Amino acid sequence: MATENRTKVVVTGLGATTPLGGDVPTTWQAALEGRSGARTLEHEWVARYEIPVTFAAEVAVRPEDQLAKVETRRLDPSGQYALAAAREAWKDAGSPEVDPLRLGAVVASGIGGVWTLLNSYDVLKEKGPRRVFPLTVPMLMPNGPAAAISLELGARAGTHTPVSACASGAEAMAYGMDMIRNGRADIVVCGGTEAAIHPLPIAGFAAMQALSTRNDDPAAASRPYDAGRDGFVLGEGAGIVVIESEEHAKARGARIYAELVSAGLTSDAHHIAAPDPEGSGASRAMLFALESGGLSPADVVHLNAHATSTPVGDLAELNAIRGALGKDADHVAISATKSMTGHLLGAAGALEGIFCVLALHHRLAPPTINLDDPDPAVDLDVVRKDPRPLPAGDIVALNNSFGFGGHNVAVAFRSV
Amino acid sequence: MALSEQEILAGLAEIVNEETGLAADAVQPDKNFTDDLDIDSLSMMTIVVNAEEKFGVRIPDEDVKNLQTVGDAVSYIQSAQG
Repeated sequence: MATENRTKVVVTGLGATTPLGGDVPTTWQAALEGRSGARTLEHEWVARYEIPVTFAAEVAVRPEDQLAKVETRRLDPSGQYALAAAREAWKDAGSPEVDPLRLGAVVASGIGGVWTLLNSYDVLKEKGPRRVFPLTVPMLMPNGPAAAISLELGARAGTHTPVSACASGAEAMAYGMDMIRNGRADIVVCGGTEAAIHPLPIAGFAAMQALSTRNDDPAAASRPYDAGRDGFVLGEGAGIVVIESEEHAKARGARIYAELVSAGLTSDAHHIAAPDPEGSGASRAMLFALESGGLSPADVVHLNAHATSTPVGDLAELNAIRGALGKDADHVAISATKSMTGHLLGAAGALEGIFCVLALHHRLAPPTINLDDPDPAVDLDVVRKDPRPLPAGDIVALNNSFGFGGHNVAVAFRSV
Repeated sequence: MALSEQEILAGLAEIVNEETGLAADAVQPDKNFTDDLDIDSLSMMTIVVNAEEKFGVRIPDEDVKNLQTVGDAVSYIQSAQG
């Protein structure tokens, strides 16, 4: 595969609002310290609807504290998180001077504006159509956050919203990379956002028995690879990165965190929600990411796993990693950061991409918490308790993201 | 009990501030909603519906286009209060 002449794409800005913090530095520090963002939900609707799962990982800083009041009124929470994260990322990138026609925005969401949709339906039922807020549709549409960021930054090269459930955020990064490689843009602001800690999605995920029900101990509920894992913990927030062609970044003297090398995207066609237990689709995604990036399994030293803490999914992914990397899987430090952040659904791939970038930048893999009693079937090297130093030299990290519908996305990053 | 012009203006300014973030004292009778206050048609609909609720009046859609200035709206609401 011709990788030599391809445009190099680099990461120059990071932004996030997560259950661990209102920005990237706070989130990263909390992740290194192994803190959990999961807490008991203190909303009247938990009791009103007798929600079977009474905890989640809500954003640590409310958007009202980050945005102007008029912005929170006009954006669904998913758009609010995305805007806060995008502002941080853009500033972190040095607020680049760029031709608006060469600036793209690719911001994904797995679910879209579910709060707006359902609250507006309540207004319709209780007060009638005239009281439905005129911005209801642009607020609930899944591309709303991408559009808000496009408007904020004046991005005119194209605004896109991949939707692939929990792989969406990673797919957005892949799409952004392609926009630069295809010559459509010099800079793309990309990532994912999600705000689905609403009684309906909780009830839906609970009905499919996907959520942990460890109501008495929320901080211990997300426990990827642990024998006692019983489902994922719903999280929320946004992760946004600024990526650009290396040429553009160097010309403006930007700080470069890491290279976004390649991505592999495949689908399972196995089951609407369950992972293929062999993980062959996931395996193909990782292999494709490596091959298309001119990388070999031996280059990979760190992997941020999808690892949501479900009994079936975690092991299927390990099979996939083994399948893709073979013997080289043994020297990969695997981190399951959802143990701390919960599962940010459409934002997960973006946030975990940021964790990969920071792991390469700081040469430090974040820990996996709550892994007290590893499942005997786990035969790979999972980073437990404390962060793990990563080696010097050219190193590669992979980020895996999978979504209901059989979506598999693996993204490869390289140190600079 | 019908409200005075001043009371309606103050209430309307509060609604505009809530919707647009504009300072309440920028909302003066001679200001044009579109040209001076930069309020688009979607925001105008929200302001109208909120004003209907606040002042207990009904402002039919066909009348909204005649409300060019803040003063127009204050007068309309005052007469609609009857």
